[in-house]
Amino acid sequence: MPGNLVTSEFLVNVDHERCRRCKRCILNCGFGVFDFQNMTTADSSKCVACHRCVVFCPEEAITIIRNPLAFRDNPSFDVDKRKAIWKQAQNPGMILTGMGNDLPWLNIFDHLLIDACQVTNPSIDPLREPMELRTFLGRKPDSLKVEDDDGKFKLDTEVGNNIKLDTPIMFSGMSYGSVSLNTHRALAIAAEELGTVMNTGEGGLHRELYPYRDHIIVQCASGRFGVHSEYLNAGVAVEIKVGQGAKPGIGGHLPGEKIGREVSSTRMIPQGTDALSPAPHHDIYSIEDLRQLIYALKEATGYKPISVKIATVHNVAAIASGIARAGADIIYLDGFRGGTGAAPAVIRDHVGIPLEIALAVVDKQLRSEGIRNWVSIIAAGGIRSSADVVKAIALGADAVGIGTAALVAMGCRICQKCYTGNCSWGIATQRPELTGRLDPDWGAERLINLVNSWSLEVKEVLGALGVNAVESLRGNRERLRALGLDESTMDILDVKPAGR
Amino acid sequence: MSKLEFGDQYKYWKVDTEKVPAACGLSGVISEDGNRMSGEKIIESMRVIHDRGNGLGGGFAGYGIYPRNAEAYALHIMFEDEAGKAACEAMLADELEVASSEEIPTAPSDAITDPPLLWRYFALPRSEKTKASGLADDDFMVRLVMRINTTVPGTFVFSSGKNMGVFKAVGFAEDVGEFYRLAEYDAYTWIGHGRFPTNTPGWWGGAHPFNILDWAVVHNGEISSYGINKRYLEMFGYECTLLTDTEVMAYLFDLLIRKHDLPLEIACKVLAAPFWKDIDADQDSQEKELYQSLRMVYASALVNGPFAVIVGYSRGMLGLNDRIKLRPLVAATKDDLLYVSSEESAIRQICPRPDRVWAPNAGQPVIGRLKGDV
Amino acid sequence: MGSSAQKKARSVTIDATGQYYREMNTEVRDLARDGCDEIVLDGVNGQRYIADGLTDKVRIVINGVPGNDLGAFMDGPTVIVNDNAQDGVGNTMNSGKIVIRGHAGDVIGYGMRGGKVFVKGNVGYRVGIHMKSYRDQVPIVVAGGRAGDFFGEYMAGGTLVLLGLGEVDGAVAGNYLGTGMHGGTIFVRGEITEHQLGSEVREFPLDDDDRKMLSELLAEFASDVEADLSGVEPDQFKKLQPFSHRPYGNLYCY
Repeated sequence: MPGNLVTSEFLVNVDHERCRRCKRCILNCGFGVFDFQNMTTADSSKCVACHRCVVFCPEEAITIIRNPLAFRDNPSFDVDKRKAIWKQAQNPGMILTGMGNDLPWLNIFDHLLIDACQVTNPSIDPLREPMELRTFLGRKPDSLKVEDDDGKFKLDTEVGNNIKLDTPIMFSGMSYGSVSLNTHRALAIAAEELGTVMNTGEGGLHRELYPYRDHIIVQCASGRFGVHSEYLNAGVAVEIKVGQGAKPGIGGHLPGEKIGREVSSTRMIPQGTDALSPAPHHDIYSIEDLRQLIYALKEATGYKPISVKIATVHNVAAIASGIARAGADIIYLDGFRGGTGAAPAVIRDHVGIPLEIALAVVDKQLRSEGIRNWVSIIAAGGIRSSADVVKAIALGADAVGIGTAALVAMGCRICQKCYTGNCSWGIATQRPELTGRLDPDWGAERLINLVNSWSLEVKEVLGALGVNAVESLRGNRERLRALGLDESTMDILDVKPAGR
Repeated sequence: MSKLEFGDQYKYWKVDTEKVPAACGLSGVISEDGNRMSGEKIIESMRVIHDRGNGLGGGFAGYGIYPRNAEAYALHIMFEDEAGKAACEAMLADELEVASSEEIPTAPSDAITDPPLLWRYFALPRSEKTKASGLADDDFMVRLVMRINTTVPGTFVFSSGKNMGVFKAVGFAEDVGEFYRLAEYDAYTWIGHGRFPTNTPGWWGGAHPFNILDWAVVHNGEISSYGINKRYLEMFGYECTLLTDTEVMAYLFDLLIRKHDLPLEIACKVLAAPFWKDIDADQDSQEKELYQSLRMVYASALVNGPFAVIVGYSRGMLGLNDRIKLRPLVAATKDDLLYVSSEESAIRQICPRPDRVWAPNAGQPVIGRLKGDV
Repeated sequence: MGSSAQKKARSVTIDATGQYYREMNTEVRDLARDGCDEIVLDGVNGQRYIADGLTDKVRIVINGVPGNDLGAFMDGPTVIVNDNAQDGVGNTMNSGKIVIRGHAGDVIGYGMRGGKVFVKGNVGYRVGIHMKSYRDQVPIVVAGGRAGDFFGEYMAGGTLVLLGLGEVDGAVAGNYLGTGMHGGTIFVRGEITEHQLGSEVREFPLDDDDRKMLSELLAEFASDVEADLSGVEPDQFKKLQPFSHRPYGNLYCY
């Protein structure tokens, strides 16, 4: 009986007339597609459409097409579902995948339109007039006391530690182990240059990056990898990772193959062993346990701001309120479209709720309880453009986090094969022959270009909105209108339909 | 008519339609000899575990506190306003012989603000009413309490047992205890609770203990099986309206023990059921069959999710954990006193030198029972 | 030739009766940073986060029951508790020593990476979860009595020892012993059945290195917790280890 019933997804075609046999494709492909037997040959079954070969072929001799093999259409039992069953019938186990949700769930950002000023209120020209994007993340007091000291005013309230961002866009946590050290280097360099922060993810922080401490949030995840006193003090804040949008409710698994010498020393686990992050923090089984961990970390770091990262699930509003009351200074909401290096497809694609909804209900819940100023909200999970940034802020976010977009800026094509560790672009891999391809300075430059471009676009939109400071947009649902959303969704988002 | 329709008009009922997890601190003490203790003790115990709560709910239950009215149902009711009180009292007069009624004594407090009207009524069902309904007194009272809580606007019965009472409010536990002047009551059992809720503050009814008849439950944890537990209970006429998952705990104890007559220890085996792995390995075939049948019949009453509960009832007090002990629970004894709490320090504050301190196992109840009459 | 002035060991006693943890911990932190050698805390009952994140070489003596998360993220100090302790002792501890002369609660040594936690009596549930060792840092937890379920769950490295002394009614350890274990070693003295073991764990024979290690460790333990371990021999211990270092190798389909 045949073993593999799954046919190739892509077909690789080499135009042998153009091919000059430089073998660059063989060198570049991380998946072993190419070989040379009298001429360049390709094993299409291994191709993941990451386009490394296409980009690096000097003669543009390679094309990759979708395998035109015809299947009978069946919208319910679509081809991917059939393929998944063939795979599992052959190799029992959970189907693994990478990056973010790729099913055609409704994208709410794509149904929100932004207002602009006209006639009754002037728009502002961002090229000539000041446009402020500075954002502070952290707990703010309910009010301030100002003393009049003989005509000179003195602030009489202590505001407490906050993180200053020059733009409301930051880099989401991606663990060193799931991505390469060069990726982390690029993120750190860019964060410093941009005046924003990156997040270590759950794999600890390589010693080499400690000098970037003013632009790093260190993460304390359930596996506690690389978590020790010095590490906790090597960032501007500590983030407790309770959940992740791509895989709510489950833990993480970095296979031993990806634990080389540097990853091993950063995570402080032996080389070659699997790094298993348990599903819950085993010291957080209830909200008061979270409070206990938050204060243990505050006591251990001299009261740095503590962020809590959660996946957006059904009762996210109540959870967020609990987190704020548990003493957190920042809540990081990771929507169901968030990316990952590896997750079971069933969890990534079917668990969680959209970021837009979570943002709206959390913001509303905290405001109705009168505690919105106790925490800053970071929104992440499928932020694709500056339009998404503006809409997220209007729905209530203080800042947004980008993960997938940051990787795409550095070359990622979202082929979803991160879990194999064969990333041809040198990003989601630990193979030295691949990681060397990503030059941190080159990567940093591209990240800086991306964030600066989006910041410019955000300013342009703010100008159109007649607003010259980002805090006037924050939570200002009135500047959004919905197009093509149903009644209850608009009600939950608290956004009016276009026309009203 | 559902209470939810009155939602926004009544500040005590800021309902969202989500159930609210109960995270918190618990403490309880019983004198098995029936010796009375002042409420001061339990207040001191709760003060030590102040950090387990966040000031949005606290409460206590005391048993044996109304010796002169021991035979009557002592109803503790909170009212939004006089109109609600009048409507409720009319209903009470109709269904019950109300022997006496008075305001529940409270002390002014900076910490407990904006209280509702707090009244208590000592009453018994009218015999013609119970005859007409064909219900026993207890069932009659349960139905009446459910009816008041779901149909009379701005009214909530928060205690309905005999010779016992629940006292709760929005605030830290120790402040709630002082507000209700619990130092002036003497009880043979006290249980206390400090809450860390995540709903809109101001919902006095959402604090623990949760009560039905003489069951008082304080709970730490979140019931992930709430949806099905609720639907199961609704089949038996219990209305789960309070949007706190502790509600199902109290109703399940009432159903299994009072209505189905299961022994206390067996009811605990329903709620915190043994694992199939352990039932299969059981050498005692009688026990094996019993546990298997319990799981088959009471599948929808299995309470999943982390929990530690302390339950007070007229003849005793029990502490119970979920079957993999995801919440803390510590017990101690000294002479005839049994203590149960979330943290040992809460016990040691009021009992510095216990005879014995131990941590109960998952799913194994710790039970204190009155030895004689009280 | 001169006389080198011997620095006299500096000891400070604080009466912490009724003191809120924040104030008490700030005092402790300031004293430790100042070079104090020993800090004695009297009248402790329930104060949390004692010694959290401390890296100074200081000795802290606690008279009373400390609150949760004692020594969390600790990296260096020695803490002695002359009573029972509660939950979260040694959470993500990196180095140092915690000695409990009584029982301890749940989740002891979660994510611990180094140092020692010695408990004279019983310990609760989920002790030693995800302990990991790294190079020469080997975390060790020794408990004199019994333990609840999930002992050594998810263990990735380090050593757990359970003695089964004292009033041990029922089994010395609970169910799901070593479930998810993929590194490290558990030594249990007492009866355990296969039914209790996680599926990744198996019993292995003791070797001479184990016997030597146990003898030395138990001697240190007995001295620190002030217990009489006569009658306890290394050969009475069962050695449990994972029989696969890749327990989740077959979970996924690609």
